[in-house]
Amino acid sequence: MSVLRDLGMRNRRAVPFASVPAEPVDEFRETVIGAVREGWRVVAMFGMPDGADATRVVAVLADDANGVLSATSMRVGERYPALTPDCPQVHAFEREIAEQCGVRPDGHPWLKPLRRHLPDHRPPARAEVVLDPDSYQFFKMDGAEVHEVAVGPVHAGIIEPGHFRFQAHGEDVLSLEIMLGYQHRGVERLLETSSAERAIHVAESIAGDTVIGHVGAACGAVEALARCRKTARAQAIRGIALELERLANHVGDLGAIAGDVAYQPAAAFFGALRGDCLNMLMTLTGNRFGRGLIRPGGVLWDLSPAMADDLRSRLERLGEDLEAAAAAMFGSASVQARLEGVGAVSGAQCLEMGFVGPVARACEVARDVRHDHPYGIFRFAHIPVATGWAGDVHARALVRWHEVRRSLEFVIEQLSALPRGEARTACGALRPNEIVVALQEGWRGELAHVVITDDGGAVRRHKVVDASFHNWTALALAMPGNQISDFPLCNKSFNLSYAGHDL
Amino acid sequence: MNHAHVGSSLAALAVLLVIAPALSGVVVRTKSAFAGRRGAPVGQLYWDLFKLMRKGTVYSTTTTWIFRAAPVVVLVSLTAASLLLPLDGQASPVQFSGDLIAFAGLLALGRFALVLAGLDTGSSFEGMGASREVTVASFAEPVLFLGFLGLVLATRRLTLSAMLGPALTAAWAHQTASLALVALAFFVLLLAENSRVPVDDPATHLELTMIHEVIVLDHSGPDLAVILYASSLKLALFAALIVEVAVPRDGLGLGWSLAAFAGGLLVVAMAVGVVESVMARLRLNRVPQLIVGAGALALFGIILLLR
Repeated sequence: MSVLRDLGMRNRRAVPFASVPAEPVDEFRETVIGAVREGWRVVAMFGMPDGADATRVVAVLADDANGVLSATSMRVGERYPALTPDCPQVHAFEREIAEQCGVRPDGHPWLKPLRRHLPDHRPPARAEVVLDPDSYQFFKMDGAEVHEVAVGPVHAGIIEPGHFRFQAHGEDVLSLEIMLGYQHRGVERLLETSSAERAIHVAESIAGDTVIGHVGAACGAVEALARCRKTARAQAIRGIALELERLANHVGDLGAIAGDVAYQPAAAFFGALRGDCLNMLMTLTGNRFGRGLIRPGGVLWDLSPAMADDLRSRLERLGEDLEAAAAAMFGSASVQARLEGVGAVSGAQCLEMGFVGPVARACEVARDVRHDHPYGIFRFAHIPVATGWAGDVHARALVRWHEVRRSLEFVIEQLSALPRGEARTACGALRPNEIVVALQEGWRGELAHVVITDDGGAVRRHKVVDASFHNWTALALAMPGNQISDFPLCNKSFNLSYAGHDL
Repeated sequence: MNHAHVGSSLAALAVLLVIAPALSGVVVRTKSAFAGRRGAPVGQLYWDLFKLMRKGTVYSTTTTWIFRAAPVVVLVSLTAASLLLPLDGQASPVQFSGDLIAFAGLLALGRFALVLAGLDTGSSFEGMGASREVTVASFAEPVLFLGFLGLVLATRRLTLSAMLGPALTAAWAHQTASLALVALAFFVLLLAENSRVPVDDPATHLELTMIHEVIVLDHSGPDLAVILYASSLKLALFAALIVEVAVPRDGLGLGWSLAAFAGGLLVVAMAVGVVESVMARLRLNRVPQLIVGAGALALFGIILLLR
């Protein structure tokens, strides 16, 4: 028996916002902490102004085993007792709430700025800044032989900015602290204040490598609020696009992992094949990164039979090339020796901290939105969940490789039997005063878009949670005890998004 | 030693100094072929050096004269070391009893200067790189001496010039296995000393994993050109050492000898490229095991000589 009420909330099924309980602070804490103890997972927790001087904190939780979502909320003023000491998986959410809304979670053990910006979801009558964006105190270790290494935000490669602070003893890492926020653009605010036409472009730009993932989730939320029914064809094309995006990124990651251990053959071939995947996305959407395809109501571009045949034959060739590259990589003893046992995350850490995606699946925590909370095409075509057990770099690489194979099979299968119908249907106005949670299994893991509408059916709150938001903690937990020279490899095996985190 | 020998050995030295940057190009080209790419031209490094020589130099305010002196010291010490090798297969321009210790000392001097320059910048990356470079070197140097000991025992000579010169041809007839093991140990040593895969990855941009490249991050312009040239010379020098051990050239005319020398360098460079193409880099804490393994090879060669 769950402490959470069943609101009838499912992935992409809207419910009246009034049905979400508004509990007193103590009861809210008990509900959330109790539910997590029972096996629920925190999908999102966020605040929004409620009246002139109060903040409504909403927590969305998922019961993955039963495919059920639920939510609860509380109304807080200046401060409230933090949940983090009893429920570590909300630690980043509570820092975020403190930063966005100016609410202090008392007793939070790691209350530092998350993205280092001024509050942008603060009740109008309040002026507090709980977390000063300009003061960030790093964790420090004392000791004559402990040394500190600071890396970033400007890196040697062409990657996004982020700052990493190591406390090290010789080559051994004692602790890693990650400071992000350099890419903060105010995405949530933009999604809430922009017109629907513009908001779609914002959603496409949340993370440049997860275009299909984020825009698919954003559209899923909008469509659920408008009760728009998409055609089977539109859903199939969205599924194809999502899996092509997964293919391109996983293949690129495998190449990058090989590159980091200086295993040239796999690095070169996976790198080239990633280009092939992007070109297929180009054929499908007109853009190598999948922009401009998914819009509320369906997809903008239909697939002609000739294009489908062409894509299928290219995918079959790609499959053969990928098998050869993977055989070289995973068959090489020197690569295995390098990947195994590095950067391990345990299943227990995963459950406690709520990690998602390949990071969770690599330590036998079979979380996959496509399987747990099926939506769209994934209600009909099931993709087996790939898992590993060691939780190390090798396991994460292997999980990616299995997912590459399965996504490839899925796309080829879908292209062979595309349902008939229109590519897009009309999407009307949003229902007022409702809440919807749209989950999507992006290539990095679960993407959550929570949208709440106001009395007039306009967007009142649009909360975005990228998989990276959960998983950056995993990288920080994976490093201690490893060699500092293994950090780049470890980092690559997670390949988290800075933009997706920083919003 | 007569004057003809000085002339021919200087000619061989000139060959080494001129083609050193091309050898690095051959490594890159071999790797490209394995990766299915066309790759940069073999002579790319010459252009890079030319480009860098025309640029200005930027010095960090924390650095001192040590930082500025390092490139010169590295280049001079390596050039001096190459004077000790009989590159023409006959005799070296400079020789004295026990010069093999001077050879190792000159290599160490170059590395010492570079490591000091790295530390001089005060950067945590370069400090880590310096510590790694010295760690690798402290394992690599004994292997060099073990190899030399094998050569000394095989040829009963105490100068590099003599033991790698005509005496070696005779030794190959009787001590084939030992000399082959020494050559193999020197090849592993070449990979370690020149920061090649599987010890280091010269192509990486990740400062946290680099060994050698990270020490020279702060050098720029002509200073960097000198360091890059010295690095290529170091690779060529070790390749030359391997060719000297593996290909005795006594009895060949000067022309054939030089051709065999250059051809040997080319083969070694290609072998480096092949190694870099077929295996991943070792985890950093496994590197000493590899180098100690090379030492074991040389030691085994010595044991065979002590029968």
